[in-house]
Amino acid sequence: MSHPLFGIHDTALQLQARRLELIAGNLANADTAGYRARDLDFRQALEAAAAGTSGSDAKTVYRTTDAALDGSGVDAAAEQAAFADAALRYEAALRFIEGRASSMMTAITGQ
Amino acid sequence: MSSLRIFDIAASAMQAQNTRLNATASNLANVDSVASSADAAYRARVPMFRAVMDAAGVAGVETTEVADSRKPAEARYEPGHPMADEQGYIYAPAINTVEEMANMISASRSYQNAVDVMSTSRDLMLATLRLGRS
Repeated sequence: MSHPLFGIHDTALQLQARRLELIAGNLANADTAGYRARDLDFRQALEAAAAGTSGSDAKTVYRTTDAALDGSGVDAAAEQAAFADAALRYEAALRFIEGRASSMMTAITGQ
Repeated sequence: MSSLRIFDIAASAMQAQNTRLNATASNLANVDSVASSADAAYRARVPMFRAVMDAAGVAGVETTEVADSRKPAEARYEPGHPMADEQGYIYAPAINTVEEMANMISASRSYQNAVDVMSTSRDLMLATLRLGRS
């Protein structure tokens, strides 16, 4: 799936997109009794993706948050921070890919 | 992997919080709806949420039901009230307005979170769509 031109960045982009989905799910379930927040073990997922197995099957891990009084194991503030973090990293991966692509375009067009 | 799934998740959260806000509004509106018997009195509406897990382990949320609170109605001695029973009691719903207000604020914060998730995702998707154009 990964293209050598983009190195690690396209895998990172996909993994961050998946993280965004997981964290959005955590935020959506901030008021669900018995729900436990989950996230991707990013290092493990990236290593798995680099080794050739599909990154989207990577294991998710539970975030260790004590259950609140309402029974939901989601710390909304922490999830918001994690979402902002994932969004930033997604955008960073996007910039790297863009940079690689534009260098390649420069090489092809010679301008 | 569909990148639009995140919008479905945020939408499910908004829907759930909207149900919660509606229930709170209904509870606050009926705080003074008295009845002549304990059974006929209004009971606070409590929405129940459940995580909907898909195959990839990503969860949206859904409202399973809007249940009636189990708190019994409060009997109030008001013999002059037109709705009082033979013993002179009227039955008021056991609704704590402070609790409901706190619930409302929590619901609107969660709704706001879902909106933020949606707008951030939208920006990221647009940036991805524009890849290579600049």
